[in-house]
Amino acid sequence: MSWLQHLPVLPIVIPLIAGAVMLLFAESRRTTRTFIALGATVANLAVATLLVYMANLGMPEIWPGGIAVYLLGGWEAPFGIVLVADRLSVVMLMLTAVLALASLVYSLARWKRMGPHFQSLFQFLIMGVNGAFLTGDLFNLFVFVEVSLAASYGLLLHGLGAARVKAGLHYIAINLAASLVFLIGVSLIYGASGTLNMADLAVRVPALDDGDRILFEAGAAILGVAFLVKAGAWPLNFWLPAAYGAAAAPVAAAFSILTKVGVYALLRLGSLLSASGAPAPFDNGWLFGIGMVTIALGSAGMLSVQQPQRLAAYCIIVSAGTLLAALGLDGEGMKGAAMFYLVSSVLATGAFFMLSEMIERTQRFGDNAIDVSLESFGLDDPLDPDRPDEVVGIVLPAAMAFLGLSFVSCALLVIGLPPLSGFIGKFMILSAALGAASLETVSTSTWMLWAAILGSGLAGIIALCRMGMRLFWSSDEIITPRLHLTEAAPVAVLLLLSMGLTAGAGPAVNYLLLTEVSLSSPQIYIDAVLGNGLISSTSSATGEAVR
Amino acid sequence: MEIVYALAIGVLTGSGVWLLLRPRTFQVIMGLSLLSYAVNLFIFGMGRLAVHLPPIIATLDPDPSRFDDPVPQALVLTAIVISFATTALFLVVLLASRGLTGTDHVDGEEEPEP
Repeated sequence: MSWLQHLPVLPIVIPLIAGAVMLLFAESRRTTRTFIALGATVANLAVATLLVYMANLGMPEIWPGGIAVYLLGGWEAPFGIVLVADRLSVVMLMLTAVLALASLVYSLARWKRMGPHFQSLFQFLIMGVNGAFLTGDLFNLFVFVEVSLAASYGLLLHGLGAARVKAGLHYIAINLAASLVFLIGVSLIYGASGTLNMADLAVRVPALDDGDRILFEAGAAILGVAFLVKAGAWPLNFWLPAAYGAAAAPVAAAFSILTKVGVYALLRLGSLLSASGAPAPFDNGWLFGIGMVTIALGSAGMLSVQQPQRLAAYCIIVSAGTLLAALGLDGEGMKGAAMFYLVSSVLATGAFFMLSEMIERTQRFGDNAIDVSLESFGLDDPLDPDRPDEVVGIVLPAAMAFLGLSFVSCALLVIGLPPLSGFIGKFMILSAALGAASLETVSTSTWMLWAAILGSGLAGIIALCRMGMRLFWSSDEIITPRLHLTEAAPVAVLLLLSMGLTAGAGPAVNYLLLTEVSLSSPQIYIDAVLGNGLISSTSSATGEAVR
Repeated sequence: MEIVYALAIGVLTGSGVWLLLRPRTFQVIMGLSLLSYAVNLFIFGMGRLAVHLPPIIATLDPDPSRFDDPVPQALVLTAIVISFATTALFLVVLLASRGLTGTDHVDGEEEPEP
């Protein structure tokens, strides 16, 4: 029995314990809390790295198939709760860990002091997101999504201010309603199929009779609506720009993974249910249409906004739309390409959110976010030794050069221009859409996807050029901001990572294409979870429970 | 029994949705509470309605028709706890919004008089 056997549960346990332990320390003991938070996040990254190694068949003696199944409490799969780490899960875990570490380091300079319990809430957010990626059970997916949402409610209000509270109110109301929809979907599926385990569900659904099948389809459709709210798909995404645009910068950066939980859930269930004919929201036609409209409206939004942070929020919408539309098109290599785009766009939007807050400091101070927070916490007293603005790290020289360079890199990533990874992601999607078809046989939807992706890129160029010119070249006085090393480093690291993703695109793409292969043959996942498929849909649930 | 049960869920959902769409924060929170009651009842109903059946399997009786399904009851319990916690949190935000903006309108400002 090696400790590695418990690897799949660590991404949930580590943040849970760290977040809870931090609550025991008084708010004044900031250094202790900071060290716990940093330690937990670094440990989380290490575990995620190990899991990626595992999924790449690195630990054949424990998990020969590269799918780690963890039975909580030792209960057999369809009856107990199960955690499953396969290629898709671990790549999302890795992404979460990287983004979390970057946002946490960024928050150390000033944001963590803007309100109580920032660090704990942040750990609980990571726990919820990790849990959602790992769980193999629909109801647990609901619970983990709720955990991450509950933490996100607190984090969104972090720093207070009227704008944030207003956006938070809308965000909470919509997400509570979406959670109720989620529950209705889950319970309908349970009522029709008698199971909540996703692998077991995939086995049982083809055997449903007609009446139950209709109930199941209705449940799946309702569930899909809840996922689409989380993913930020039109017409369920009007809350997103306001909430993400008002959140504190490190919080917004961490939120860029939250919308991808919805995309992940759609991918996972879509893959598992594909054998028996996927129900409507997981069906390609619907996803494609929704994705196209989301791209169009996201691009229009990008062109209309003035603030950098809101622009970043619209970038998230465009990225969600691109992902949904791409997943809605069949084609070899499409899911792998979409995953590559997902990784690259999460890194880019995360960096963009943090960058936009630093850029706003170059502008004349008006009603910008940090001022409001400073005021509402009485932290703007220049004589106060605890003043958050006080420089604790090294002040970076050439701050403007750094900001300008980072802005250009972010822009290139978001738009999808070479040489950064955004280009490779979009190029792969476009190439997979075209596939091996000759020019005459290319379908209309492929041309529509091409037009939408290239058009959204054009809208991005216009919006970001305009913003860059106004921010950096305007004739107004520009204040050279003081940047701490801890603020600049996370942005730089995220951008360097996406450059690394360009340079090492070969291995990354290979990994993601293997992910796609495993997604298109869900039987491997089902066998791994249910123990070689010995427990079939016909085995008596009651008999098992009595034993 | 089924028709009464279904009507109760329907009335709760209808009132909940109507209240959720109202412009005052208090109405919104009441709407969310009613909706969550409706959903809890709905989950419970998905375990099939039955009278005088224990949800705990106490004997080695192999006949499942003599027991109620315990899973939806466990799900309802979880759902109640979660919706209770999030409603409490929403209440705090509601009060904060009232304090910061001076109005209980969901947009933080009164609509202009027509």
